[in-house]
Amino acid sequence: MLSKPRFKWLPMPYHSILLFATWLLLNNTLAPGHLFLGSVLALGIPLLTSSLSKPQPALHKPMHTFRYALRVLGDIVTANLEVAFQVMGPIKNLNPGFFAVPLDLEGELPITLLASTVSLTPGTVSSEVSECRKFLYVHALTMKNEEELIQTIKQRYEAPLMEIFSC
Amino acid sequence: MLSWTVTLVTAMVAISLILNLWRLFAGPDLPDRLLALDTMYINSIALIILLGIWLGSALYFEAALLIAMLGFISTAALCKYLLRGDIIE
Amino acid sequence: MNFLLELIVSIFLLIGGVFILVGSIGLVRLPDFFMRLHAPTKATTLGMGGLLIASMILFTVREPGISVHELLITLFLFITAPVSAHMMAKTALHQKNKMIERTTGQHLIARARQQKAPEVKPSLND
Repeated sequence: MLSKPRFKWLPMPYHSILLFATWLLLNNTLAPGHLFLGSVLALGIPLLTSSLSKPQPALHKPMHTFRYALRVLGDIVTANLEVAFQVMGPIKNLNPGFFAVPLDLEGELPITLLASTVSLTPGTVSSEVSECRKFLYVHALTMKNEEELIQTIKQRYEAPLMEIFSC
Repeated sequence: MLSWTVTLVTAMVAISLILNLWRLFAGPDLPDRLLALDTMYINSIALIILLGIWLGSALYFEAALLIAMLGFISTAALCKYLLRGDIIE
Repeated sequence: MNFLLELIVSIFLLIGGVFILVGSIGLVRLPDFFMRLHAPTKATTLGMGGLLIASMILFTVREPGISVHELLITLFLFITAPVSAHMMAKTALHQKNKMIERTTGQHLIARARQQKAPEVKPSLND
Protein backbone atom coordinates (compact mmCIF):
# COMPACT_ATOMS: atom_id res chain seq x y z
CA MET A 1 0.00 0.00 0.00
CA LEU A 2 1.78 3.09 -1.20
CA SER A 3 0.79 6.64 -0.49
CA LYS A 4 -0.41 8.70 -3.43
CA PRO A 5 -0.62 12.47 -3.31
CA ARG A 6 -4.08 13.31 -2.09
CA PHE A 7 -3.96 16.91 -3.23
CA LYS A 8 -1.99 18.33 -6.09
CA TRP A 9 -0.80 21.35 -4.13
CA LEU A 10 0.11 19.37 -0.98
CA PRO A 11 2.10 16.37 -2.18
CA MET A 12 3.86 15.52 1.09
CA PRO A 13 1.70 16.56 4.07
CA TYR A 14 3.94 15.14 6.83
CA HIS A 15 7.03 16.73 5.33
CA SER A 16 5.20 20.07 5.20
CA ILE A 17 4.36 19.87 8.91
CA LEU A 18 7.98 18.93 9.68
CA LEU A 19 9.37 21.82 7.62
CA PHE A 20 6.98 24.30 9.26
CA ALA A 21 7.94 23.13 12.77
CA THR A 22 11.65 23.16 11.91
CA TRP A 23 11.44 26.73 10.60
CA LEU A 24 9.75 27.94 13.78
CA LEU A 25 12.24 26.06 15.98
CA LEU A 26 15.19 27.39 14.02
CA ASN A 27 14.05 30.98 14.53
CA ASN A 28 12.78 30.27 18.06
CA THR A 29 9.72 32.45 17.57
CA LEU A 30 5.97 32.51 17.00
CA ALA A 31 5.89 35.94 15.35
CA PRO A 32 3.26 36.30 12.60
CA GLY A 33 5.87 37.14 9.97
CA HIS A 34 7.73 33.88 10.62
CA LEU A 35 4.46 31.93 10.73
CA PHE A 36 3.70 33.25 7.22
CA LEU A 37 7.21 32.71 5.86
CA GLY A 38 7.31 29.22 7.38
CA SER A 39 4.03 28.22 5.79
CA VAL A 40 5.16 29.55 2.39
CA LEU A 41 8.33 27.44 2.65
CA ALA A 42 6.41 24.41 3.96
CA LEU A 43 4.08 24.56 0.96
CA GLY A 44 6.67 25.56 -1.64
CA ILE A 45 9.58 23.18 -0.95
CA PRO A 46 7.50 19.94 -1.23
CA LEU A 47 6.03 21.18 -4.52
CA LEU A 48 9.53 21.55 -5.95
CA THR A 49 11.00 18.35 -4.51
CA SER A 50 8.14 15.84 -4.46
CA SER A 51 9.20 14.35 -7.80
CA LEU A 52 12.49 13.24 -6.19
CA SER A 53 10.89 11.21 -3.40
CA LYS A 54 10.44 7.47 -3.54
CA PRO A 55 6.98 6.11 -2.72
CA GLN A 56 6.84 4.88 0.88
CA PRO A 57 4.27 2.78 2.75
CA ALA A 58 1.43 4.94 3.97
CA LEU A 59 0.93 5.64 7.67
CA HIS A 60 -2.05 3.57 8.66
CA LYS A 61 -2.44 4.77 12.24
CA PRO A 62 -0.51 8.05 12.61
CA MET A 63 -1.57 8.49 16.24
CA HIS A 64 0.20 5.28 17.26
CA THR A 65 3.54 6.85 16.33
CA PHE A 66 3.36 9.08 19.43
CA ARG A 67 2.86 6.05 21.67
CA TYR A 68 5.74 4.29 19.95
CA ALA A 69 8.00 7.36 20.30
CA LEU A 70 7.22 7.62 24.04
CA ARG A 71 7.95 3.93 24.55
CA VAL A 72 11.26 4.23 22.67
CA LEU A 73 12.24 7.32 24.69
CA GLY A 74 11.58 5.48 27.95
CA ASP A 75 13.57 2.50 26.73
CA ILE A 76 16.48 4.72 25.67
CA VAL A 77 16.85 5.99 29.25
CA THR A 78 16.62 2.57 30.93
CA ALA A 79 18.82 0.87 28.31
CA ASN A 80 21.44 3.59 28.69
CA LEU A 81 21.66 3.11 32.43
CA GLU A 82 22.15 -0.61 31.80
CA VAL A 83 24.85 -0.02 29.19
CA ALA A 84 26.59 2.52 31.45
CA PHE A 85 26.82 -0.02 34.28
CA GLN A 86 28.02 -2.73 31.87
CA VAL A 87 30.69 -0.44 30.44
CA MET A 88 31.98 0.57 33.87
CA GLY A 89 31.80 -2.97 35.30
CA PRO A 90 34.28 -5.78 34.72
CA ILE A 91 34.74 -6.56 31.02
CA LYS A 92 35.01 -10.32 31.42
CA ASN A 93 31.34 -10.42 32.44
CA LEU A 94 30.32 -9.19 28.98
CA ASN A 95 29.30 -11.84 26.49
CA PRO A 96 28.94 -10.15 23.10
CA GLY A 97 26.91 -11.84 20.41
CA PHE A 98 26.14 -11.49 16.72
CA PHE A 99 22.81 -12.70 15.43
CA ALA A 100 20.23 -12.32 12.69
CA VAL A 101 16.66 -11.16 13.31
CA PRO A 102 14.14 -12.38 10.73
CA LEU A 103 12.06 -9.42 9.55
CA ASP A 104 8.35 -9.43 8.85
CA LEU A 105 8.32 -5.73 7.96
CA GLU A 106 8.40 -4.62 4.35
CA GLY A 107 9.56 -1.40 2.79
CA GLU A 108 12.60 0.82 3.26
CA LEU A 109 11.15 3.29 5.76
CA PRO A 110 9.79 0.73 8.29
CA ILE A 111 13.04 -1.28 8.22
CA THR A 112 15.09 1.91 8.68
CA LEU A 113 12.93 2.88 11.65
CA LEU A 114 13.31 -0.59 13.20
CA ALA A 115 17.10 -0.59 12.66
CA SER A 116 17.42 2.87 14.24
CA THR A 117 15.31 1.82 17.22
CA VAL A 118 17.39 -1.32 17.67
CA SER A 119 20.58 0.76 17.57
CA LEU A 120 19.33 3.24 20.15
CA THR A 121 17.80 0.80 22.61
CA PRO A 122 18.59 -2.40 24.40
CA GLY A 123 22.35 -2.88 24.18
CA THR A 124 22.22 -3.75 20.48
CA VAL A 125 23.54 -2.15 17.27
CA SER A 126 22.16 -3.07 13.87
CA SER A 127 25.03 -3.69 11.49
CA GLU A 128 23.68 -4.97 8.20
CA VAL A 129 20.49 -5.76 6.31
CA SER A 130 20.46 -8.73 3.96
CA GLU A 131 19.91 -7.96 0.31
CA CYS A 132 16.51 -9.65 0.26
CA ARG A 133 15.40 -7.35 3.16
CA LYS A 134 14.38 -10.40 5.22
CA PHE A 135 17.10 -10.44 7.88
CA LEU A 136 18.64 -7.77 10.10
CA TYR A 137 22.10 -8.54 11.46
CA VAL A 138 22.52 -7.25 15.00
CA HIS A 139 25.46 -7.08 17.41
CA ALA A 140 24.64 -7.20 21.12
CA LEU A 141 26.96 -5.97 23.87
CA THR A 142 25.94 -8.71 26.25
CA MET A 143 23.66 -11.60 25.48
CA LYS A 144 22.17 -14.16 27.81
CA ASN A 145 19.65 -15.83 25.56
CA GLU A 146 19.55 -15.29 21.79
CA GLU A 147 15.95 -16.49 21.32
CA GLU A 148 14.70 -14.22 24.08
CA LEU A 149 16.44 -11.14 22.66
CA ILE A 150 15.03 -11.79 19.17
CA GLN A 151 11.54 -12.20 20.64
CA THR A 152 11.92 -8.94 22.60
CA ILE A 153 12.91 -7.02 19.46
CA LYS A 154 10.09 -8.58 17.45
CA GLN A 155 7.34 -8.06 20.01
CA ARG A 156 8.36 -4.78 21.57
CA TYR A 157 9.46 -2.84 18.49
CA GLU A 158 8.48 -4.66 15.31
CA ALA A 159 4.85 -5.38 16.18
CA PRO A 160 3.90 -1.70 16.83
CA LEU A 161 5.68 -0.66 13.63
CA MET A 162 3.71 -3.26 11.67
CA GLU A 163 0.55 -1.87 13.20
CA ILE A 164 1.52 1.71 12.26
CA PHE A 165 2.37 0.85 8.66
CA SER A 166 -0.21 -1.95 8.37
CA CYS A 167 2.01 -4.36 6.44
CA MET B 1 26.36 26.90 42.21
CA LEU B 2 25.69 26.87 38.49
CA SER B 3 29.15 28.21 37.66
CA TRP B 4 30.73 25.40 39.69
CA THR B 5 28.65 22.77 37.91
CA VAL B 6 29.46 24.22 34.49
CA THR B 7 33.19 24.13 35.34
CA LEU B 8 32.92 20.54 36.56
CA VAL B 9 30.98 19.35 33.50
CA THR B 10 33.39 21.18 31.18
CA ALA B 11 36.24 19.31 32.87
CA MET B 12 34.37 16.02 32.32
CA VAL B 13 33.85 16.77 28.62
CA ALA B 14 37.49 17.78 28.28
CA ILE B 15 38.60 14.47 29.82
CA SER B 16 36.33 12.61 27.39
CA LEU B 17 37.89 14.54 24.49
CA ILE B 18 41.37 13.49 25.64
CA LEU B 19 40.24 9.85 25.90
CA ASN B 20 38.81 10.10 22.38
CA LEU B 21 42.08 11.60 21.17
CA TRP B 22 43.93 8.63 22.64
CA ARG B 23 41.66 6.26 20.73
CA LEU B 24 42.17 8.34 17.58
CA PHE B 25 45.94 7.85 17.77
CA ALA B 26 46.03 4.34 19.23
CA GLY B 27 43.02 2.79 17.45
CA PRO B 28 44.29 -0.33 15.72
CA ASP B 29 42.15 0.00 12.59
CA LEU B 30 40.58 2.68 10.45
CA PRO B 31 37.00 2.19 11.75
CA ASP B 32 38.25 2.76 15.31
CA ARG B 33 39.69 6.13 14.31
CA LEU B 34 36.46 6.96 12.51
CA LEU B 35 34.45 6.16 15.64
CA ALA B 36 36.79 8.34 17.72
CA LEU B 37 36.28 11.27 15.31
CA ASP B 38 32.50 10.74 15.40
CA THR B 39 32.51 10.88 19.21
CA MET B 40 34.80 13.92 19.19
CA TYR B 41 32.44 16.05 17.14
CA ILE B 42 29.55 15.25 19.47
CA ASN B 43 31.71 16.17 22.45
CA SER B 44 32.70 19.45 20.84
CA ILE B 45 28.99 20.29 20.45
CA ALA B 46 28.72 19.65 24.20
CA LEU B 47 31.60 22.11 24.81
CA ILE B 48 29.91 24.79 22.70
CA ILE B 49 26.60 24.35 24.53
CA LEU B 50 28.45 24.66 27.85
CA LEU B 51 30.15 27.84 26.62
CA GLY B 52 26.73 29.22 25.74
CA ILE B 53 25.45 28.48 29.26
CA TRP B 54 28.63 29.94 30.82
CA LEU B 55 28.35 33.20 28.89
CA GLY B 56 24.55 33.28 29.15
CA SER B 57 24.16 33.76 25.42
CA ALA B 58 21.99 31.85 22.96
CA LEU B 59 24.18 32.89 20.02
CA TYR B 60 26.21 29.70 20.06
CA PHE B 61 23.21 27.59 19.09
CA GLU B 62 23.82 28.08 15.37
CA ALA B 63 27.45 26.97 15.68
CA ALA B 64 26.37 23.81 17.53
CA LEU B 65 23.76 23.01 14.87
CA LEU B 66 26.28 23.54 12.06
CA ILE B 67 28.83 21.23 13.71
CA ALA B 68 26.14 18.59 14.23
CA MET B 69 25.18 18.62 10.54
CA LEU B 70 28.72 18.79 9.13
CA GLY B 71 29.90 16.08 11.54
CA PHE B 72 27.20 13.65 10.47
CA ILE B 73 27.83 14.30 6.79
CA SER B 74 31.58 13.87 7.14
CA THR B 75 31.12 10.60 9.04
CA ALA B 76 28.83 9.35 6.28
CA ALA B 77 31.31 10.43 3.58
CA LEU B 78 34.25 8.75 5.33
CA CYS B 79 32.23 5.54 5.77
CA LYS B 80 31.37 5.57 2.07
CA TYR B 81 35.03 6.09 1.24
CA LEU B 82 36.13 3.14 3.40
CA LEU B 83 33.33 0.95 2.04
CA ARG B 84 33.81 1.57 -1.64
CA GLY B 85 37.08 3.48 -1.98
CA ASP B 86 35.05 6.21 -3.65
CA ILE B 87 32.64 8.83 -2.34
CA ILE B 88 30.59 9.50 -5.45
CA GLU B 89 29.35 6.26 -6.97
CA MET C 1 13.08 30.12 42.98
CA ASN C 2 16.48 30.99 41.61
CA PHE C 3 18.10 28.30 43.74
CA LEU C 4 15.59 25.71 42.55
CA LEU C 5 16.26 26.64 38.91
CA GLU C 6 20.01 26.32 39.40
CA LEU C 7 19.55 22.98 41.15
CA ILE C 8 17.46 21.50 38.32
CA VAL C 9 19.82 22.81 35.61
CA SER C 10 22.83 21.50 37.55
CA ILE C 11 21.30 18.04 37.88
CA PHE C 12 20.64 17.81 34.14
CA LEU C 13 24.14 19.12 33.36
CA LEU C 14 25.71 16.53 35.67
CA ILE C 15 23.66 13.69 34.15
CA GLY C 16 24.78 14.82 30.69
CA GLY C 17 28.43 15.13 31.68
CA VAL C 18 28.50 11.73 33.38
CA PHE C 19 26.98 10.00 30.34
CA ILE C 20 29.41 11.73 27.94
CA LEU C 21 32.32 10.62 30.15
CA VAL C 22 30.98 7.04 30.33
CA GLY C 23 30.72 6.97 26.53
CA SER C 24 34.37 7.96 26.12
CA ILE C 25 35.57 5.59 28.86
CA GLY C 26 33.74 2.79 27.06
CA LEU C 27 35.44 3.84 23.84
CA VAL C 28 38.83 3.37 25.48
CA ARG C 29 38.12 0.33 27.70
CA LEU C 30 36.17 -2.12 25.59
CA PRO C 31 38.17 -4.75 23.74
CA ASP C 32 36.90 -4.85 20.13
CA PHE C 33 35.38 -2.41 17.63
CA PHE C 34 31.85 -3.75 17.69
CA MET C 35 31.71 -3.50 21.48
CA ARG C 36 33.24 -0.02 21.41
CA LEU C 37 30.51 1.09 19.03
CA HIS C 38 27.88 0.62 21.76
CA ALA C 39 29.30 3.18 24.19
CA PRO C 40 29.44 6.36 22.03
CA THR C 41 26.21 5.73 20.12
CA LYS C 42 24.09 5.25 23.22
CA ALA C 43 25.71 6.95 26.19
CA THR C 44 27.06 10.03 24.41
CA THR C 45 23.78 10.69 22.61
CA LEU C 46 21.83 10.55 25.89
CA GLY C 47 24.45 12.77 27.53
CA MET C 48 23.92 15.38 24.83
CA GLY C 49 20.18 15.11 25.48
CA GLY C 50 20.78 15.95 29.16
CA LEU C 51 22.98 18.98 28.36
CA LEU C 52 20.53 20.35 25.82
CA ILE C 53 17.57 19.95 28.20
CA ALA C 54 19.55 21.90 30.83
CA SER C 55 20.28 24.67 28.32
CA MET C 56 16.63 24.72 27.27
CA ILE C 57 15.36 25.13 30.86
CA LEU C 58 17.93 27.81 31.68
CA PHE C 59 17.25 30.01 28.64
CA THR C 60 13.48 29.59 28.93
CA VAL C 61 13.48 30.98 32.47
CA ARG C 62 16.23 33.60 32.08
CA GLU C 63 15.15 35.22 28.83
CA PRO C 64 11.76 36.52 27.72
CA GLY C 65 9.73 33.98 25.78
CA ILE C 66 10.35 30.26 25.57
CA SER C 67 13.53 28.79 24.13
CA VAL C 68 13.02 25.43 22.50
CA HIS C 69 15.44 25.55 19.58
CA GLU C 70 17.85 23.22 21.40
CA LEU C 71 15.21 20.59 20.71
CA LEU C 72 16.30 20.76 17.08
CA ILE C 73 19.87 19.63 17.88
CA THR C 74 18.57 16.91 20.20
CA LEU C 75 16.24 15.52 17.55
CA PHE C 76 18.94 15.76 14.89
CA LEU C 77 21.42 13.84 17.06
CA PHE C 78 18.86 11.19 17.99
CA ILE C 79 18.03 10.66 14.31
CA THR C 80 21.61 10.64 13.00
CA ALA C 81 23.37 8.66 15.77
CA PRO C 82 21.88 5.26 14.83
CA VAL C 83 22.43 5.95 11.13
CA SER C 84 26.13 6.70 11.57
CA ALA C 85 26.47 3.72 13.95
CA HIS C 86 24.94 1.45 11.30
CA MET C 87 27.28 2.84 8.62
CA MET C 88 30.35 2.38 10.83
CA ALA C 89 29.35 -1.20 11.71
CA LYS C 90 28.94 -1.87 8.00
CA THR C 91 32.37 -0.38 7.33
CA ALA C 92 33.93 -2.54 10.04
CA LEU C 93 32.29 -5.68 8.63
CA HIS C 94 33.61 -4.77 5.20
CA GLN C 95 37.12 -4.05 6.53
CA LYS C 96 37.11 -7.48 8.27
CA ASN C 97 37.60 -6.14 11.77
CA LYS C 98 37.88 -9.02 14.21
CA MET C 99 35.42 -9.58 17.01
CA ILE C 100 36.84 -10.98 20.25
CA GLU C 101 36.80 -14.75 20.44
CA ARG C 102 33.98 -15.29 22.91
CA THR C 103 31.48 -13.49 20.62
CA THR C 104 28.71 -15.93 19.78
CA GLY C 105 27.36 -16.37 16.26
CA GLN C 106 30.58 -15.57 14.41
CA HIS C 107 29.59 -17.96 11.59
CA LEU C 108 27.10 -15.29 10.46
CA ILE C 109 29.77 -12.67 9.75
CA ALA C 110 30.78 -13.94 6.33
CA ARG C 111 27.14 -14.05 5.18
CA ALA C 112 26.47 -10.60 6.61
CA ARG C 113 29.43 -9.14 4.73
CA GLN C 114 27.94 -10.34 1.44
CA GLN C 115 24.50 -9.04 2.45
CA LYS C 116 23.08 -12.56 2.13
CA ALA C 117 20.50 -14.22 4.35
CA PRO C 118 21.92 -16.66 6.95
CA GLU C 119 22.20 -20.26 5.74
CA VAL C 120 20.16 -21.82 8.51
CA LYS C 121 17.06 -20.17 9.89
CA PRO C 122 18.03 -18.69 13.25
CA SER C 123 14.97 -20.13 14.93
CA LEU C 124 16.21 -23.65 14.14
CA ASN C 125 19.80 -22.81 14.95
CA ASP C 126 20.53 -23.47 18.61
